[in-house]
Amino acid sequence: MCQNCAQTSKYWDPFEAILTNWAGDRSQLIPLLQQLQDAYGYLPEDVIARLSQRTGIFVSSIMGVATFYSQFRLEPVGKHVVKICFGTACHVIGAENIADAICHELGITLGGTTEDRQFTVESVACIGCCSLAPVIMIDDETHGRLTPETARAVIRDVRAKEA
Amino acid sequence: MKQIIIGLGSCGIAAGGLKVKDTLQHLADQAGPTLTVGETGCMGMCYCEPMVEVRDEAGNRTIYGHVDEARAEEIFRHHIQGGTPLAEAVIVTSDGGGHEAGFLEKQVRLVLERCGAIDPESIDDAIGMEAYVGLEKALDTMTPAQVIDEVLTAGIKGRGGAGFPTGLKWKFAAGYEADQKYIICNADEGDPGAFMDRSILEGDPHSVIEGLIIGGYAIGATKGYIYARAEYPIAIRRLKIAIEQAEARGFLGKNILDSGFDFSLTIKEGAGAFVCGEETALIESIEGNRGMPRIRPPFPAEKGLFGKPSNINNVETLANIGWIIRRGAGAFAALGTEESNGTKVFALAGKVRRGGLVEIPIGMTIREVVDTIGGGTVSGKPLKAVQMGGPSGGCIPAELMDTVIDYQPLAETGAIMGSGGMIVMDADNCMVDIARYFLQFTQSESCGKCTFCKIGTKRMLETLERITQGEGAEGDVERLEHLSHQIKTNALCGLGQTAPNPVLTTIRYFRNEYDNHIRNKKCTTSQCKALIHYDILAGKCIGCTICAKKCPVDAIRGKVKELHSIEQDKCTKCGICKSVCKFDAVVVE
Repeated sequence: MCQNCAQTSKYWDPFEAILTNWAGDRSQLIPLLQQLQDAYGYLPEDVIARLSQRTGIFVSSIMGVATFYSQFRLEPVGKHVVKICFGTACHVIGAENIADAICHELGITLGGTTEDRQFTVESVACIGCCSLAPVIMIDDETHGRLTPETARAVIRDVRAKEA
Repeated sequence: MKQIIIGLGSCGIAAGGLKVKDTLQHLADQAGPTLTVGETGCMGMCYCEPMVEVRDEAGNRTIYGHVDEARAEEIFRHHIQGGTPLAEAVIVTSDGGGHEAGFLEKQVRLVLERCGAIDPESIDDAIGMEAYVGLEKALDTMTPAQVIDEVLTAGIKGRGGAGFPTGLKWKFAAGYEADQKYIICNADEGDPGAFMDRSILEGDPHSVIEGLIIGGYAIGATKGYIYARAEYPIAIRRLKIAIEQAEARGFLGKNILDSGFDFSLTIKEGAGAFVCGEETALIESIEGNRGMPRIRPPFPAEKGLFGKPSNINNVETLANIGWIIRRGAGAFAALGTEESNGTKVFALAGKVRRGGLVEIPIGMTIREVVDTIGGGTVSGKPLKAVQMGGPSGGCIPAELMDTVIDYQPLAETGAIMGSGGMIVMDADNCMVDIARYFLQFTQSESCGKCTFCKIGTKRMLETLERITQGEGAEGDVERLEHLSHQIKTNALCGLGQTAPNPVLTTIRYFRNEYDNHIRNKKCTTSQCKALIHYDILAGKCIGCTICAKKCPVDAIRGKVKELHSIEQDKCTKCGICKSVCKFDAVVVE
């Protein structure tokens, strides 16, 4: 939890805005969690606790859902999320080499976040751009027909734009 | 007025289609109001992305492939301003020309008839190609029972993989009385290596919406859901637009087309769980729970969403419905085989030369799809196997390429028709590794509810990992087979029951590869990294330094004009050194 933010009332503004949609219907839980994650970048503990208070859904139930679906994160992520596609087409064409190259370039392992919190590298089951395999997605942009070298270049480009 | 149309499905965008559109838009703006720049969904020829179409006043279509910004300018100068097509870049024309026309020749586009031809964000484009004609016909001239009869007569089977007759499914749901029923579109396309549903939703969302409304009318459901993968943001955005447009035109909402029938549609975004493609797990997920399958019976037709009678159909199945009602069951039944009618869409990918979205009449052989449409392997190396049906399917070996694509013949090979993933593998792919890959997938996606799937797939994966790491033991293959049969018989849902298929088919057709890994600790295709190492040959290396420069992990040592060597503990076995060496000095063993 970010202590500095929590002390300001602004921290809860997105929460309150999202919760205005709550109509007491359990089937809203997943959409609520999706919106909260969009607003906070992940699902902080205090947000889950307050969600439980407001909805009456047990924390254990919320955690059950949050840990079941791969979309939800309980830890903050880097500014840029690099998703490496491990779909079948990407696998047979060499996704592993792409992952090795990107992880080596950033000095982290799959699932990790760089120390400067710029990059998180994740694996994803399939982006559905199989004919451009191997493919990665950085934030919302897809990059296809990669080689280990061009994958490194893509990462360096993003980095250069940040510098 | 001439039109320039850019293919902006996910593949087109990923390949750089948006930049091409900007370039052409800029040029068109300068040229004045003599032409329009528009967009369309997936044209199916993903291997040619980004693609640009020039449509003249008479509707003649010229399609260009591999268009980057420079090529776009060239096309603009030649074709738009000069009036002559840029011949060398034309891949297909509407009169059958172009050097890639072979990709389309054998295809029959029924589900995909509007994909790549219309702007998916324009309901007028869709209506211009007969969208919602089937709906009007159903509401105006048919009773719900007649609609179900028509779908039964058409003989369409579920396109999500299992192949259950759609009309029968509807009949069951129609047979239960309730104050509320639901119809659900399963757009949780989770099979890795499959993108049929995404392309349909991105390219022609109205076809799916029409199918849902007709289905709702048939079974007596006034509410519909589309459960879509969150990983498909473009599909979801276009669906939202399409729903708004359909509401504005009176195809959705109260008293649709003055028929007295009400129907509303809600999109539910999935949150990333493969098992939610299983219909009862999908229902749990819509209800806001962990997506774990329910024990059946009761089947969803009796007790589904919120405990009410529900019907769940796959995207492609629903996209067929409007066509069937509009053109009649007879026209549909004229396509396909004795046992199975209509067409099937496949996502052709992997090591194939022409990968993309392919729609064929059921009954074609695998060879025709891979060779005639797909153009064979991209490497030119011999084809080894085709994986069909994703994690629930199997690897069909080269010698069975003449198998007819139909539910039963494919099931006999040990694979399944599946939802439509078709991954081509060449001589460089290791079949044990492929089995391990799929097991890793199903194991990590197992929901954990039933023991056979939860623990059985874990034990299978551990065994496969040992084999690919050179630690396999005699009897491992038999243990895998034994466990496979246990899981197939006892797992609760389709995910578990079919999880062993990739392992069983690779054992059945490629047993020698398992034996080679286990007995000789060798992976002949050099895919299993624990079993290989790279070396530089003394007689061949001339010390050009290229491998050392290209090595991403600085594992190669050596001075100019001297023999280089690889530091094995640093080497990640990525193979770049071998691919860049011009003197065949790098070998893998």
